[in-house]
Amino acid sequence: MTVYLIRRLMQSALVVLAMTVILFLGVYAIGDPIEILISPDADQIERERAIAALGLDRPLWEQYFTFLGNALQGDLGRSFVFNEPALKLILQKMPATLELALAATVFAIILGLPLGLIAGLKPDAIYSRVIMATSILGFSLPTFWVGLMLIMVFAVQLGWLPSTGRGPTAEFLGVQWSFLTTDGLRYLIMPALNLSLFKISLVIRLTRAGVRETVLMDYVKFARAKGLSPNRVIFVHVLKNILIPVVTVTALEFGSTIAFSVVTESIFAWPGMGKLIIDSIYVLDRPVIVAYLMIIVFMFIILNFTVDVLYSVLDPRVRLQDQKA
Amino acid sequence: MTPPPAEAAVTSAALAPATAREETPFRRFVADFAESKVAVGAFVVFVVIALLAIFANVIAPQNPYDLAQLDIMDGRMPPGTVGGAGFTYILGTDDQGRDMFSGILFGLRISLMVGAGSAFIAFIVGTSLGLLAAYFGGRTDTLIMRLVDLQLSFPSILVALMILAFLGKGILNVVIAIVVVEWAYYARTVRGTALVERRREYIEAAECLALSKPRIVFRHLLPNCLPPLIVILTMQVARAIALEATLSFLGLGVPVTEPSLGLLIANGYEYMLSGRYWISFYPGIALLVTIVVINLVGDQLRDVLNPRLRK
Repeated sequence: MTVYLIRRLMQSALVVLAMTVILFLGVYAIGDPIEILISPDADQIERERAIAALGLDRPLWEQYFTFLGNALQGDLGRSFVFNEPALKLILQKMPATLELALAATVFAIILGLPLGLIAGLKPDAIYSRVIMATSILGFSLPTFWVGLMLIMVFAVQLGWLPSTGRGPTAEFLGVQWSFLTTDGLRYLIMPALNLSLFKISLVIRLTRAGVRETVLMDYVKFARAKGLSPNRVIFVHVLKNILIPVVTVTALEFGSTIAFSVVTESIFAWPGMGKLIIDSIYVLDRPVIVAYLMIIVFMFIILNFTVDVLYSVLDPRVRLQDQKA
Repeated sequence: MTPPPAEAAVTSAALAPATAREETPFRRFVADFAESKVAVGAFVVFVVIALLAIFANVIAPQNPYDLAQLDIMDGRMPPGTVGGAGFTYILGTDDQGRDMFSGILFGLRISLMVGAGSAFIAFIVGTSLGLLAAYFGGRTDTLIMRLVDLQLSFPSILVALMILAFLGKGILNVVIAIVVVEWAYYARTVRGTALVERRREYIEAAECLALSKPRIVFRHLLPNCLPPLIVILTMQVARAIALEATLSFLGLGVPVTEPSLGLLIANGYEYMLSGRYWISFYPGIALLVTIVVINLVGDQLRDVLNPRLRK
């Protein structure tokens, strides 16, 4: 187990390193760093001083190690626009994104699980087919399109929900949250629903497949034969067993929910990291772009690592296979 | 140029696995496909959409990007208004006085071209790498499959965002981004199929005949791996169109001079809040129909081309 852990950890470190090289090359080799990092108003002497100060006259590999060293100390550069450390800017916007992603996950569970259960118990019923057809739409439709339709129907036509923005927040544990105020909740519903669309479809499919498999199992037949009420069989014997894959996949999807919040946040003007990165790309605020990508990539690698380790703890086959390879 | 390569590929794929039998495989393929009325309907709609896109400059009442034909006085007209140029704006006009119907036809053209084009390039890149991995095995296999794993562990939007943040916007850059996002799906699928196929007798026979390696891989191995790839190709065209639309909507995709459906939707977004829904809504419907129709065709193709489901 320890060998496996160390090997997996080394692999992750290697990926992080590879990503820093890619990001570094992206900024310093593809784009012109002088143009990016130095104000265009600067005169020739100022320019040269700045180039020397930033170390842009040194060879590329040396610059890379400076970049890496700074990154290790948590210094990912300063934003040109806000003139603040890029890392700080992103961390400030993170709670809003996390709240949105969490709300989307909650939606996925409370909508996806019952719908999937219904579709799995009566696979041939018309309503089950409607649920499954809708879930295909949830997979294939672009998020931004659905977001627009939500705004058009619920904000413009019906006027039930506010169209954009985050609304009032309340402080809890030193962070601002929307879900603590009723008005804030109204602002949260549409973006969260929009972001969760793909996940709802995923949970529906997983639950349905799980239910269809489980109801044929002997222990379920036995529970029925024992004369337990149908509800008890469904909620205790069936549901309990399909929860494991559903919860695993939902947790796994959390990372990509944060990545996809870029789209949702742009539509609903939700002030999170995703909107920050899009705005930064518009104004070419490269330190912020690099910092965001570094944070997200790092988050994904940690997430993948955790999942892999958890799997190998739960399923010895994974571990053994890797040792053989 | 959009639909023909996919269609031609479909036919040859159906032909390939069944050449040993005497019945005409193409007819059987068509009969199998026609079993689902929905899929046939979807295919017809797709052909119509593709034709509309190809002949956009003939069908459209106006060239929306020829400034001489635009009348700014006709800006933001609701659907059904008769404009200064004498024809009816059946889907209304945008803020520049462009006929939305014409705009959608030209937008479809860009969307389909970028979507099908990039999915096809990804198909070629991914399939070649996957075949190499399966045929040569060993280090080549490990290296390529590790890359695939790495690629698939990051969500598509993040990878595309990263590439476009560095390269800037533009049609070519969008295509590059989509190819980078999609190649891994083909590589993984073709490797799985090819690993099974390469142990078959016909590959052994080809090796005994001392045929060259490229010839064995591309003339013998590849055609027998095609059916699942065709299904993925269809689905990935839809995904590519959706991804391109998303990127263009975010303002990172195609340039303003060559607007795709995604960019048209983005242009109308600010007017939607004031009730002028048509500028965003109709391009959105065009996008929706295109994506759904391709998915429906792909779904049926999967059923038809899957040997396990064959009766």
